[in-house]
Formats: sequence, C-alpha cells, structure tokens
Amino acid sequence: MTIATATTDLMLEATGISKTYGAVVALKSASLAVRPGEVHALMGANGAGKSTLVKILTGAVHPDAGRIVVRGRERTVHSPAEARRGGLVSVYQDPSLIPDLDIRANLRLTETPLEPFRHWLAEFGLADLDLSSRARRLPLASLRIIDLARALAIEPDVLMLDEMTAALPANLTERVLEIVGNMRGGDRSVVFISHRMSEIGSVCDRATVLREGETVGVVDVTAGSEERIVDLMLGQIVDQAIPQAKREERRTTNGERPRLAVQGLGLDAKLYDVSFDVHPGEVLGVVALEGQGQDELFEILAGSRRPSGGQIFVDGTGVSFHHPADAIRVGVVYVGADRAQALLMQRSVRENIAVPFTAHLGRWGLIDLTRERRIVDEAVRRLQIDARAGNEVRRLSGGNQQKVTIARWVAGGVRTMLCFDPTRGIDIRTKQQIYVLLRELAEAGAAVLLYTSELKEVQLVCDRAIVIFGGRVVAEVDRADADEATLLRAAYHLQSGAALPEQLAASAAEMATGGPTTGTTEERVVSA
Amino acid sequence: MTALAATNARPTVELAAWARRNTWTLGLLLLLVLLLAFTKTIQPNYGAFGIQGLGTSIMPLAFATVAQAIVVIAGGIDLSIGSMMALTSVVAATLMQGQGDAFGLAVVAGVLLLGILLGAINGALVVSTRVPDIIVTLATFYVWAGLALLVRAAPGGAASPWLMSLASGPLFSEWLPKAAIVLVVVVAVVWIPLARSRLGVSFYAVGSDQLAAFRSGVAIGRTKVAAYAIAGLFGAVAGLSLTASTGIGTPVPGPYTLQSVAAVVLGGVSLAGGRGGVLGPIIAVIVLQLIQNDTTFLGIDPNYALVIQGVILVGVLILGSILESRRAD
Repeated sequence: MTIATATTDLMLEATGISKTYGAVVALKSASLAVRPGEVHALMGANGAGKSTLVKILTGAVHPDAGRIVVRGRERTVHSPAEARRGGLVSVYQDPSLIPDLDIRANLRLTETPLEPFRHWLAEFGLADLDLSSRARRLPLASLRIIDLARALAIEPDVLMLDEMTAALPANLTERVLEIVGNMRGGDRSVVFISHRMSEIGSVCDRATVLREGETVGVVDVTAGSEERIVDLMLGQIVDQAIPQAKREERRTTNGERPRLAVQGLGLDAKLYDVSFDVHPGEVLGVVALEGQGQDELFEILAGSRRPSGGQIFVDGTGVSFHHPADAIRVGVVYVGADRAQALLMQRSVRENIAVPFTAHLGRWGLIDLTRERRIVDEAVRRLQIDARAGNEVRRLSGGNQQKVTIARWVAGGVRTMLCFDPTRGIDIRTKQQIYVLLRELAEAGAAVLLYTSELKEVQLVCDRAIVIFGGRVVAEVDRADADEATLLRAAYHLQSGAALPEQLAASAAEMATGGPTTGTTEERVVSA
Repeated sequence: MTALAATNARPTVELAAWARRNTWTLGLLLLLVLLLAFTKTIQPNYGAFGIQGLGTSIMPLAFATVAQAIVVIAGGIDLSIGSMMALTSVVAATLMQGQGDAFGLAVVAGVLLLGILLGAINGALVVSTRVPDIIVTLATFYVWAGLALLVRAAPGGAASPWLMSLASGPLFSEWLPKAAIVLVVVVAVVWIPLARSRLGVSFYAVGSDQLAAFRSGVAIGRTKVAAYAIAGLFGAVAGLSLTASTGIGTPVPGPYTLQSVAAVVLGGVSLAGGRGGVLGPIIAVIVLQLIQNDTTFLGIDPNYALVIQGVILVGVLILGSILESRRAD
C-alpha cells in the first residue's frame, strides 16, 4: 500500500484538544503531531494530562473541543472500537484483557487475527503460551505482553503505549524496546509514554511535552535533550508567595529512636529493599512519579497489604500488620487521597470523627456522648472545619472532607500519620491549612510520612524527602535542596541533578536499562 | 521461536482441559447421579415413568434458570422473570382458547416476541437510567404481574393440544421424556450459536470487567440490552411451558424468580458476572427438583423439606468455594 504523499505528511495530528472534569481542567489546547515511522514520546509531570490525551485519542474519553486527523482524514472517535477501525490502538497502563475469558476469546472480542498474534508472542518469547488459559490465571507481565502482541497484530497506524514497560521485568523490557525501536522508519508510528528517561532516549525520535494540560514544546530526542525536556516540564517556576509554616530547625536525631523504621521492605515486582526512618517531630516527604511503588508502600505501612520481605519497627519494636486495625493500635494511621474510601459519606461530621475511637468492637456498652462531643469539638475547632452542612459529610466541600479524615485521627491523639497525597483536588486555602496542620502535628511530636504529587509541597511541609523510582529509594534530599527541579530530576532518575548515593544510582540505572545483575530477582516474577 | 505448531493439541488433551474448566458442572453431574441412586434405593420402582414426570416438572424452572443465567453472566440480575412467565403464560392461554393449531403456532411466535420485548424494556431501563438492575427488575416484576392480572383475573384459558403434548410423555424410548428433548433442542438452538458468537463473548466480557470490555471495543449498553432481551425470550419459553404443562394460564407469579437465582448459583454461575454457562444451571434445576421429589416421597414435613433444600444449597456452595480457593493456591 502506498501512502498519500501530497497534502499532509503527518500520520496523526491532534490540535486544540481540551477537556474539563467539572472545575478541574485536565487538558486545555493540547496538541500532538506524529510523523510516519516515528516513535514519539509524550512527556509530562504527574497530572500534566498525558493519560487524558491518550484516552481521547483512542475514544475512551470525549474531548470538549479539538480536531484529530489520522493520515490526512479528520476523525471523530466515540469508542475504542471506532478508534481501532480508524487505525488508533492503545495499550493501557492496566491490562484490558477480560479476566474471565481465555486468550482466544479475548482475541475474538477485538477481532484480532490469530497468526500475526502468535508471531508477535513468539517474538517476545512467549510462543508456548496456552491460548485457552484464562486471563485471570496469567501473571501481570504476561498479560501486558499479550496486550501488546494483540495491538501489534492489528497493525494499527498509530500504536500508543502508556507506561508499557512499568510492570515488565528487565529482559522483557529490553525486548519491547527493541521491537518498538524496529518500527522506526516503517510506515507506522508509535506514541510512547514512559517515566524512564533512558527508554525515551533509546527508542524515541521526538518528544512532545505537556504541562498543566497544554503542549509546551516538541523536542528532538538526542543526547542531552533530557535536560531540555525536564526544563519544559517544569516551566518557569514562579515564586509562590505561600506563607511558610513557622518552624524551628529540627533537632538532631543522633541516638534518638525513630518512631517508624522501615528496613529492607520488598514486595514482588513492586518494591525492592526499601529502608528509611521517620523520627518524632519530623515530616518525611516521599517523592515519586506515578506507579513507582509508593501506593504499595503506603498500603503495607497502613496494614492493608502484606510485604514479601523486610521489617517494620514502630518505636523500636518489630511489628507485622495483618489488618489496618493492627496499625491503628500501635498509632500508625492513614490519610488517603480518596476521601470517599475513608468517610461514611451519609453520616455526620461528628460520627465520622468519632468512629475510630468508638468503633472498638471489644468495648461494649453505651458511647460516652459527653466525652465524644468534647473531643470532636476540639478537633473541629483545631482543623477549622466548616461544619455548617455537618449532618451529612457528603455535602461538605472536598477540602472540608479531607479535614474530617485528618480530624478523626487528630482527635484521638496522633503518633504516626501516613498521608498519601492528602491535598489532591483541594482548593489552595485548604491546602495551606493542611500544610500548617501537618507542621503543627510534627511540632507536637508526631511523625508524619507524606507522599505528594505536588513537588512544591515538599519544601513547604517536609524536613527531608526520599525519592522512589522503580520500587527503590534512589535519593534522599534535604529540605534546603528540595526545589522542584532537583526533585523532578531525581524522580526521573537523572544522574546530573541531585547527588545520589552511588551504589543506589548504579543499581537503579542497571534496572532501568535492563542490566544483567538485577535480572535474576525479577525473572522469578515472570515464571511465577 | 519455533513452537508455533506445538499448541495443535490432541483430543485427549483438549478433553482434559475442558474437564478442568468445567469441574463444577462435572461435580454437579456426580451429585445428580448420587441423587438418582438414592432415589432408586428409597423408591425401588422409580423408573421410566418417574423420569418422564421429572422431565415435565423441571421444564418451567429450567427455562427460567437459563434466562437468569444469561443475565447474570452479563453482570446483571433479572427479578422480573417470575411475573414475566405469568404474563406470557396468560397471554398464550387466553389467545389459544378455542382456536386451531395454526393460530396456536402464531400465538407461540407472538408470545416469544412479547418476551423479547419485555426483556429489552428491562435492559433499556437498566442502561438508560443507570438504576441498579436489581431495582429496575424488581419494579418491572410488579408491572408484569399487574398486566398479567389485567389480561386474566383468575386462572383459565386453554393451551393448544399440540403444545400440551410437547410437555408430557416420551419420545423414541420410554426413558426419553419429550420435555427434556424440547429443553435440550431449544437451549441448544439459541445458546450454542450465541456462545460462539461475538455477542456471546461480549456477555462474558461485560460481566467480567466492564472497563476492559469497553477498551476491547464492546458496546456495553447494547450488549446488556441484548442479554436482557434473550433472557426475555427464555422467560417467554418458560411461560409457554407453564401453559403447556398445566393446560391453562395462571396470572399469579410462581416461586420461579428466586428459585432461578438459587439454581444459577448452584449451577456454577458467579453472581458477580462473567463466569459459568447454562449447562450447570440446568443440572442444578434437576438436582433441586429431585431433592424436592425425594423429601415429598419420604413424607417429610414440607416445612422441614424447605429447610433441607436451603441447607443443601448453602452446603454445596461452601464446599465449592473451599475447593475453588484450594485450587487457586
């Protein structure tokens, strides 16, 4: 088949794409232009709008405005099926195979030709995969490869790979990069999303950078273009005139026992040898790009998931949590980003705050309402919760809801608080109140572990921060050095930025490029 | 990279794989054989005649259960099946009364279309209002039940003789009830092509994981409406088999809605959707009917008989989930 030579020589051109969810602007005038035979990187910090753009291009989300042109023809895509017929196929971050169907039926669903699929499976070294096994029974890495082989077998004009390599062991990552690289110069194109700069450097021709929902630049990928990409992602860092919570320099921790100590924590294919301490009076930041294992880390510390290795110490005593109640009992409490998972939405502010200390099933008898009221009132006052609509928590604003989730732990006297992106989707004023509150808690002797997707929060709230990349702690940054640029470089694991402990840097780099030394631990996962 | 041909499996291998994936159905079959043996020991003269009676008595619930299984596989539930059977049954009995065979045949076709329409209404309401399936079909249960009473306030009407003859007596051999043949033929004609079509695969996909199904290109809304419509078709067949076996139409819904849910679960279909088939639920219906027959024969107080049925149902499900979790380890 010959390609149209005249009108446009672009394979895919998307212009003026915008999308808002309620008051949240996910994309405002984003654009993407992909040439035939090109592997094109789509880059951006957390929340820049990469995933939304991919979902729009493949019809999973409808844009509010914008034009999508494939091979010179304008397309409106209303569903993934339509996008597929138009030549756009995406492999999403989480597998899109139906868990209860066998592979053969999954292929039928997407009208995938069998022989090319087998060919690609063989290319990835999975030739002996039993096509009659149910997707549910296969390991995650195999599912991702099947997803990719299925997409390749359809021979789309534009293949979109969203964090394709995130769940793959080193040997398969290498193979995927090789195959994607081989598509360069053909008559098809690839849009490649990855948090790993080394992968971008090794397979991509050009990179489009998104920031806050806008396309801010297109960069030719060459040696040293990483710095340029990071600069574009950061933009001009304007001085934020946010009043900083007053603080004294943290007293020295020498000889002091950490409140929470984590040693060599591991979880299959997600976390490797994670160690750190959090001391009383300290806010420790956790910085990571999406999906680097921070979710799992917090789940383990909060008692809702069991690690596969390593130890956790609370006040010097080894603990093993089987249930969140175990963590709460030793004073380790969790505040998540998703308020809906933490609150009883149809109950009052009072009940929500009181639940953790009235809900002990072991304690029988009547609830001491006077005592409850005193404690709750104190917490409401302290957090400045606007409780006018307090009869049903769901009527409160997101910021006030988040304050209620924090208040329930503050009311009981907090010792160790795990905060997972607590300010996500919250207005700026409430954010500041939460920053001040976290500082106050630390001042009063609590230990706080704070994961945040907003890098500037680190300097506002934290005493120091650890950076996680690919399931490993790759850097530790003091507050003084923790500006956005340094943190973002560290989060992308670029050596030129923050000073890294050398052995960590080396091992993580090997992992990212598929070096042989880490292969042995990870190969287990595939065969499991 | 040469193993392309290695998966062209020998029949025995495929049979083993089939057995592995249908252990639940095979287990139920074993339970059924044990129950038949038990029945034979307590009623030594249980024979061809008993089997014929069994065939006739399971028919309405068996079709209702197939209807329920299809909806549950697609991730929904249909609580309106009981009154859908009542409505289609009275419509058929009322129209057939005093009419010839040809007109009776037309009535059957019309009633089947009515069933498809009722099911499609269920599905369209579920999809367009986004009200949970359980609420929508509970509401339509009352609507169909009211309509049935409007058509005929008291039991009555008549069935075409040929329709009645389909429900009782043997064919070819005295051990082959006609009712069972009708059941197998109707289910096979609709279900086997369906399960092999893209629509059938879509039922499983939507029930298993809606997001993944959407990303795989399945039209979620249309698939759900289709599942309810086909369930409506089987609901109408169940209503017709009521008319065929009793010879009249009864406007008051029988206990079929909850019994069909019980049979579907016992038959290995996950209420969470996406898993199971229709063979297991049909065997489950026979098992439930045999248990009922035996408790009646043994002269057990009907109230105790209900308790026994419930205990057996729960016991089998507990055993099943224990075995399942063992296998997953």
